[in-house]
Amino acid sequence: MRARVLIRPKEGILDPQGQAVERALPALGFDGVANVHVGRMVELDVDDVSRVGEMCERLLANPLIEEYEILVVER
Amino acid sequence: MKLGVVRFPGSCDELDALRACRLVGDAELLWHRDRDLRGVDAVVIPGGFSYGDYLRAGAIARFAPVMGAVGEFARSGGLVLGICNGFQVLCEAGLLPGALLPNLSLRFVCRQVDLVVERADTPFTRACDPGEVLSIPVKHTTGRYYAPERILDELEANGQVLLRYAEGQNPNGSLRDIAGVANERKNVFGLMPHPEHAVDPLTGSTDGARIFESIAAHVEALRRGPLAAAGGSASAVVGRGAA
Repeated sequence: MRARVLIRPKEGILDPQGQAVERALPALGFDGVANVHVGRMVELDVDDVSRVGEMCERLLANPLIEEYEILVVER
Repeated sequence: MKLGVVRFPGSCDELDALRACRLVGDAELLWHRDRDLRGVDAVVIPGGFSYGDYLRAGAIARFAPVMGAVGEFARSGGLVLGICNGFQVLCEAGLLPGALLPNLSLRFVCRQVDLVVERADTPFTRACDPGEVLSIPVKHTTGRYYAPERILDELEANGQVLLRYAEGQNPNGSLRDIAGVANERKNVFGLMPHPEHAVDPLTGSTDGARIFESIAAHVEALRRGPLAAAGGSASAVVGRGAA
């Protein structure tokens, strides 16, 4: 099974990368953009998708500063 | 006294750290696959980019075999100093509170900064005076110290903030200008600035040597007995011995 993990800065933590992107978009004429956050994505094939949460807690994300979302990807 | 400096694949400041350690005692390199610490009295986790800093700075290094031994050593009261990437590793390993985030500027910062010594009664700062200002360089991209407000309040209340960037010199947006924090027991200490790069007049300041002198003084004091170890300055120790 293929899992996709989306990791982003926790709400309330200053995200300068997101802010930089947010400031850059209007400069290109894209108005009406707010709350931009930049995170990372990890994709992995796993035998047991129920274990991905534990993988996130222990390695893929740092729960103190990041939140994560696990999606199962159809192939 | 013997200090051990851990070398991970991707470490780059281990030789400067080794040199700084040798100014105050014996020192040797420990390899990331080592499972024992070869009887060292204190461990230094140096700067660099352990395991390429993949995923997050320090995230992979914390699973290195040597870190199991370092964790045990720390839990038994052994002194562990983490510098820059070493600080990140110790936070990821849960040996220190908080985390390091990308600099607010999103840029690599390399410059000399002034640090205010907040506590001079710890194993890592006992060779300093309280309120003293140390001039030590920083060089990092991921150095913004973060912890939730509640934890920050706890750190302040417990006196775990040992070094702070001097006013107006915070190079990375660290909360409350925190440059270095210790665990509650004060035997594990991490800081983003590089004391090992400030031990030789050739490179300007020698203030960084105070951190290594502190560790050496503490280890020596422990040898002489717990009373001496608890004492702050050398003169207090002498006074007590005479009495």
